[in-house]
Amino acid sequence: MITLEDVKKIANLAKISLTSEEEKRHTETISVVLDYMQILNEVDTEKVEPTFEVNDLKNVWRNDEIKKCSFNQELVKQFPEKYAGMLVVPGVFENSTEE
Amino acid sequence: MPACWLSPEFLKIQRKNNMELHKLTLKQAAEGLRKKQFTSVELTQACLAQIKKRNKDLNAFITISEDRAIAEAKLADEMIENGQATELTGIPFSVKDSIATADIRSTAAAKILDNYTPVFEATVVEKIRKAGGVLIGKTNCDAFGHGASNENSMYGAVRNPYNLKKVSGGSSGGSAVSVADHMCFYSIAEDTGGSIRQPASFCGVFGLRPTYGRNSRYGVMPMASSLDVVGPMARTAEDLAIVLKYMAGTDKKDATTTVATVDNYDLIAEKEISAQGGSASGGKKSKLVVGIPKEYFEIEGINEEIKKNVLYQIEKFKEQGAEIVEVSLPHTKYAMAVYYIVVPSEDSSNMARLDGIRYGVREKKIKSLSELYEVSRANGFPEEVKRRILIGTYVLSAGYYEAYYKKAQKVRTLIKSDFEKVFKEVDILIAPTSPFPAFELGEKKSDPLQMYLADVMLSPAAVAGYPALSVPTGFTAEGLPIGTQIIGDKMKEGLLLQVGKFLTKKD
Repeated sequence: MITLEDVKKIANLAKISLTSEEEKRHTETISVVLDYMQILNEVDTEKVEPTFEVNDLKNVWRNDEIKKCSFNQELVKQFPEKYAGMLVVPGVFENSTEE
Repeated sequence: MPACWLSPEFLKIQRKNNMELHKLTLKQAAEGLRKKQFTSVELTQACLAQIKKRNKDLNAFITISEDRAIAEAKLADEMIENGQATELTGIPFSVKDSIATADIRSTAAAKILDNYTPVFEATVVEKIRKAGGVLIGKTNCDAFGHGASNENSMYGAVRNPYNLKKVSGGSSGGSAVSVADHMCFYSIAEDTGGSIRQPASFCGVFGLRPTYGRNSRYGVMPMASSLDVVGPMARTAEDLAIVLKYMAGTDKKDATTTVATVDNYDLIAEKEISAQGGSASGGKKSKLVVGIPKEYFEIEGINEEIKKNVLYQIEKFKEQGAEIVEVSLPHTKYAMAVYYIVVPSEDSSNMARLDGIRYGVREKKIKSLSELYEVSRANGFPEEVKRRILIGTYVLSAGYYEAYYKKAQKVRTLIKSDFEKVFKEVDILIAPTSPFPAFELGEKKSDPLQMYLADVMLSPAAVAGYPALSVPTGFTAEGLPIGTQIIGDKMKEGLLLQVGKFLTKKD
């Protein structure tokens, strides 16, 4: 079960604004999905280790080197808003409605 | 296919009409190009003409790269002329829109990337283009791969070529349709929990989910990183084998790729299955051992026609002298729940990069940074993407992590060990790809759990990292394609393709 308040809280954490209708709909549909997940409680996992990846991967290291990027100008072109080759974003603190 | 099919006489007629070239298989087309019976430009034009004729009804493509395809075809014709051709040179192919293609818009079917043109190429695409492949366009899909019907695309649903009222399946619906409807010869797609196999089965084509780590995922927009794989879709098993040979291999840019050697898949696919046999338990047995996983056939609501069709495939194996054994993978029924905890969890973090800051669509008239994120993401994602992010955020949050995420990863261990055990006894597992054929557009859209359950036969292999192939093995009375799923041991793609060829061999 998930409550409307939970949905509002996680939507805020996930940075997605939802209409009140969407909040209601997600509360209903996610509750159904989470109820279905209860099926996992049938399984005894007391002595089972979790599997986070399937191929027994090892960390692959490389040297932390500065390399020339051939397409940095292309990336700058993709910025939604820019000034003198720099990325423009709204102020993090200024005019912020957050606490 | 009779040998006379590619006779000069036949091809002359075909060339005269210049409208059926797109219906060749990749192998036939490559042969025709090599023998200079037609050019890559002609082949590409035939595919483009088919797209123009059919895409308005089917909606398989989001972006059609016509001018560029023709330019690439001209280059391919030069390669052929200079004797530098590979089997893929001059052959038109499509790429799922969630895979980055340099200088061609890649939206992943979400409006947040409506204006996004990558500056780099996914490794798998780069490999194919180096081999002379002609990229004809980017295919529609459920946004970022979230879905099983292709109805979660912000560019409209894809329709099934066998019945326009039915879904194409998803998430790689556009790729499946582009191949099924002869708009190109093969497609490069992505499978997290069934996104290649399920639309392949709904549209009557082959779709391969390779072993986790077989192909590079560099440049593939991630959904659930511990499950995502890139694979091909094509009209024959042989064609699939050719494409896989060019795609597969390790990549410095993707540390999760495995170093295992790339087999000559096309040569393996050529072999008779009776000559195969014996790979289970280190070659102890002399014949091919086919496992029937009983849990897959006990799933509630499984379509009787599909069941019958798959049982008929099992008879074919028997006739060929294969050993058939019933096996059990007892944790099968938990795979869906594991999948829909693990996937949204990884998803919610992968989707965090899409925020309207450095690329993609940023909402205008925004007062604060927080509002910029919230509104860009609200308008740029379809409902299902939002739902998955919310589920993931929830199950990973304090107090729920142990109960959901860690529990799911423990059950995942049990699912994986089911497969490990069973592949000591059998060479392949056979099951339906989907419990039902293509369903009506809109039928499951408002009920996410029902939509998730469409993956019931697909998620176990994905969760455990095993390869699986969907083989088109027939039609329902209503005329909808049926897919048979063959699951193999890790890195046994060659055997899967060999079996796929055997099951579709014309008597």
